[in-house]
Amino acid sequence: MKKNVYLLIFIALLFGLALWQIVPFEKKLLGPNGLTLGLDLRGGSQLLYRADLSKKDPDTSDEVALSAVVEKIQRRVNEYGAAEPVIQRMGVDRILVQLPGEKDINRAISLIGETGQLYFVEQKLDENGEPELDEEGNWVFSDEPAKAENEDGKLKALTGEYLKRAYQDIDPYKGAVVVIEWTSEGAYLFEKITEANLYKPLAIVIDKEIISKPIVQSIISAGTPGRIEGNFTIDEAKNLTIQLNSGALDVPLELIDQRDVDASLGADSIKKSVLAAEIGLILLLLFMILYYRLPGLIACLSLLIYGVILAAIFKIFSANLTLTLPGIAAAILSLGMAVDANVLIFERMKEELRAGRSLGLAVETGFNRAWTAIRDSNITTFIACIVLFWLGGTFGAFMVRGFALTLFVGVALSMFTAIVITRTFLRFIVRSRLFIDIKAYGVEK
Amino acid sequence: MIDFMRNKQWFFLFSAIAMVISIIALAVFGLKPGIDFTGGTSMTLRFNPQVSQEDLRQELMTFGHAEVIIQSSGDDFLLRMKEIAPSEREELISVLEEDLNAEVMVRDYNTISPSIATETAKSAGIAVMIASVAMLFYIAWAFRRMPNPFRWGTCAIIALIHNIVFVAGIFSILGKTTNIEIDALFLTGVLTIVGYSINNTVVVFDRIRENIVKGISPDFAITVNSSLLETLGRSLNTSLTTICVILALFLFGGATIHNFMLVLLIGLLAGTYSSLFIAGPMLVVWEKKEWRQMFSGLSFSRKSTQ
Repeated sequence: MKKNVYLLIFIALLFGLALWQIVPFEKKLLGPNGLTLGLDLRGGSQLLYRADLSKKDPDTSDEVALSAVVEKIQRRVNEYGAAEPVIQRMGVDRILVQLPGEKDINRAISLIGETGQLYFVEQKLDENGEPELDEEGNWVFSDEPAKAENEDGKLKALTGEYLKRAYQDIDPYKGAVVVIEWTSEGAYLFEKITEANLYKPLAIVIDKEIISKPIVQSIISAGTPGRIEGNFTIDEAKNLTIQLNSGALDVPLELIDQRDVDASLGADSIKKSVLAAEIGLILLLLFMILYYRLPGLIACLSLLIYGVILAAIFKIFSANLTLTLPGIAAAILSLGMAVDANVLIFERMKEELRAGRSLGLAVETGFNRAWTAIRDSNITTFIACIVLFWLGGTFGAFMVRGFALTLFVGVALSMFTAIVITRTFLRFIVRSRLFIDIKAYGVEK
Repeated sequence: MIDFMRNKQWFFLFSAIAMVISIIALAVFGLKPGIDFTGGTSMTLRFNPQVSQEDLRQELMTFGHAEVIIQSSGDDFLLRMKEIAPSEREELISVLEEDLNAEVMVRDYNTISPSIATETAKSAGIAVMIASVAMLFYIAWAFRRMPNPFRWGTCAIIALIHNIVFVAGIFSILGKTTNIEIDALFLTGVLTIVGYSINNTVVVFDRIRENIVKGISPDFAITVNSSLLETLGRSLNTSLTTICVILALFLFGGATIHNFMLVLLIGLLAGTYSSLFIAGPMLVVWEKKEWRQMFSGLSFSRKSTQ
């Protein structure tokens, strides 16, 4: 009896704590520090990339190359100013980028996905030292980055690696331009390269695409910033600046899955699932009370506690648990499963009562006998959840992951609800001798 | 009182017919793979003012997307078509706005590259297999004190495969008749059914295990039958409550999870049936080595059980 009282106090405390976490709903549950809603519920853009690890520097491991890419994407996204971005590695070579609330998926794509590799190429010359021309009479440029000897006499290609910083500027005649400042070694190389190409065109290449091909008018001595003009729009110039500053991505990325959801659709989804949950719940509770009578009522009470604790878990772990639409479905489904554990126990109890056992004994035997079935059946559900979670990770399906994780948490909590909460309440009712007629337990005499 | 054992031939026959139909449907129609498995674009568009589905189809055809599948859902149109890049999408939207003289709102847009899609299908197949094997081992372990625990596991897995094939068969027919496509959520549903139907079977098996330990009858068939009867109330009640919930989500939960809930609904019904009429009876047949008797018994069912 004493143990039971302690348990009751524990449940009351737990319930109070959970309630305190989520009430009032508008402020705590749905407020800024409340639930983390998935992109399908709040709107936003999601991009999934595959890194081409075959193109990485052979001296580094896959691990290092991918982490470096993730870090650089992080920097780009931060400079871009997205709110609460999520950038994470998935599986061996996937990178998931989520930008909640972001409407312009095109800009996000051009910002993140480009490797941002900067270098210069020189004009190709034929055997006579004359500039080579293609059929249309245009200059032809070399495929190799322009190189120069550094102060130590080593031949180096001038790339974005030597960049100190890049910033955007507006030229009254050329529009948006990107200004680049070199590190001291970069500036030295730049001077050498401009010297070698004086009065000749020198193309600026970003991501293997020639951005502009200005003619070198003077030797650009160390310390003078260079300028890239490419008929940019302001947005393009800004993106380029961000890319150059974050450093070139170590490996090229392929965009394999892109998604954006309008916030209004998410709001609709929430409304609909709340309605569905209400209807489902009412049917469930009605059934439990009509069929199982007093224990059914107790089960409803523990289901209520279950719901509150589940919501509180989602709030407390909002950094790790994201609520998605399939997640909500899983939460509602896990309610059905929470009922299952109760049903198993009550059916067992009824059997024991029919067999003529006393109420107290029937409650205890009911729980003990039902336990193995509850355990074994829920463990199989856990196995399914774990496999689903893994599956979701392999192709970045946040829908599948959300479902699996929520179902797992829900089923685990439902076991606790049935085994601890319902049992404690039932023991309390039985021992208080408030209801001794076994009709109240759904058994006909 | 229901005698599950006496009528088991008919249950098996019924399931066998359902299986054959499902397998034929799968072989003939196949499953209609969605963009998760083929690559492509899906979009949810809303027009203001509303336009007709036919006009929209006409527009998309002139835009070079004759393959588009359009479904209307409330005020929205769901479009599924070959891959279109975000830049191409802007172009499409402005063409639509101009030609249909309506404001277009892209409520949802998803493009999946075909290169990843085949991988998805592969890992999905692996996932179902891993889940099944893991459960087979768990059940064999949970029932390790019984003679032949792997038979228990195998019977549970056969019931499980029965459910999956049935759901896939229904979706194959639905794919042919109503263009339902299977997507990542379909797989999620199938894996949930994997968990759920094993769950049901385990509850029945658990009771059989208990009754064997209690030694209620030397005849295994009678033990299984009483176990089925004893758990019948629980099985039906649990299924009923879960069906209530899923039905509510199916009817009111919105288009995104509509097909997902349909998978769960069908799977749940099949799961309830197979846990009662397939898994237990099959265990009896196996333990008593009644296979040969059963086939001859189909026509003389009365004689063979007397």
